[in-house]
Amino acid sequence: MNIYEIHLPLTPSDFNLIGIGDKLLLSGEIFTARDQAHKRLCGLIDLGEELPIRLVETTLFYCGPSPIPEGKICGAIGPTTSTRMDIYTPLLLANGLKVMIGKGERSPVAKQAILDHKAVYLTALGGISALLSRTVQSFSCYMWEDLGPEAIYRLEVINFPVYVAIK
Amino acid sequence: MRIISSSVFLDRIIQAIEYISFNPDPLIGLSLKDMLSQEQDDLVKDAVNSIIENADASRQDRIPLCQDTGTIVCFAEMGKEVHLEGELLFDILNRAVKIAYDRYFLRLSMVEEPLFERKNTLNNCPAILHTTITSGDKLTILIAQKGGGAENMSFHEMLNPSTSPKQIVDLVVETVKKAGSKACPPLILGIGLGGNFESVAINAKRAVFLPMNVRNPDPRYAQLEEDILGAVNATKIGVQGMGGAKTAFSVHIIQAPCHIASLPFAINLQCHAHRHISLTI
Repeated sequence: MNIYEIHLPLTPSDFNLIGIGDKLLLSGEIFTARDQAHKRLCGLIDLGEELPIRLVETTLFYCGPSPIPEGKICGAIGPTTSTRMDIYTPLLLANGLKVMIGKGERSPVAKQAILDHKAVYLTALGGISALLSRTVQSFSCYMWEDLGPEAIYRLEVINFPVYVAIK
Repeated sequence: MRIISSSVFLDRIIQAIEYISFNPDPLIGLSLKDMLSQEQDDLVKDAVNSIIENADASRQDRIPLCQDTGTIVCFAEMGKEVHLEGELLFDILNRAVKIAYDRYFLRLSMVEEPLFERKNTLNNCPAILHTTITSGDKLTILIAQKGGGAENMSFHEMLNPSTSPKQIVDLVVETVKKAGSKACPPLILGIGLGGNFESVAINAKRAVFLPMNVRNPDPRYAQLEEDILGAVNATKIGVQGMGGAKTAFSVHIIQAPCHIASLPFAINLQCHAHRHISLTI
């Protein structure tokens, strides 16, 4: 297992460096998006409207955080099951998405789309949310606050641990 | 008749929800430490260490063990000589959920209906409550937080009565393999056998929350629990799908009498963030 410190967004040379099973410590900007946010993002693409985030520079984290306790930077954060996002993933990849963080296996179709677009699927450990929360330097709701835990949140992290699963 | 005031009960439930949000079953921690001394692979050790450190971080930082603070699932045993004064048990429970989820910044994960709008209830209600009436003058309630990831990988089937114990083992292994890392292994497996369509699922859920170190009182079913655990661990799915010797911590079966034509089977999966507590008033 190689361990690399990566500053987001992921560069082409980072992409060439990393291999399946490597551990990455990510620093920089991450956006959360789970089921409902994916549905809305794909809805905007279908309508031909501009997206609120630049997918090509975005690291998308399948996560619905818990609320921020008083005096804290953020609540519990951790990956949710990626397969639920599989039906949306090919369209997001076709529109520039390069990096996704989630939990568990991907469908054959989603996996092939990730490979075809030279994108990367990273996994984070599930159920270590208090520990992952310690890597967060800033946290705010970026858009679609009405979705509650399913809104898009913007995180800045330092040394957020993930593993390379598909590339 | 013993009278229990609803406000006392309310406070105890709130405390219980608070406790389990930041403290996993202590036997999980012991098993993980045991794993550290046995596993060889760096990746596996790293993952096990992270789970151990997470429990400490959760307690210290007051950040939930998992962002999925789940559905509240309860099994209540109500002594027939107990009278709960004031509100109904279910109403008190939901009031406690509402207060605890707001007070301790727990994630609101319940939607009003499953198919159309899926609008969040904004208070994590309703809880799911199973009540039985027992003898005596005590009220015992098991309170658990059940996340969606492992719950989604659970499985239910009405089997043929000719099904063999070996086929049950295979069915469980197949379910665990299909779940892969999605259910956040190492798992606790609750299995219902017998009963009927609905009771077998309730027994599977109840089995998940039996003490991890207690085996089925019937030696045949205890053996089956052991066989299943061995077969599941032989898959080497391991911690979060990263391999290693432990894919499940424990297996619990609750069997029940059933119809001559039936062999109901249900398996409920629980993740390593095993959050539950039992209290008696």
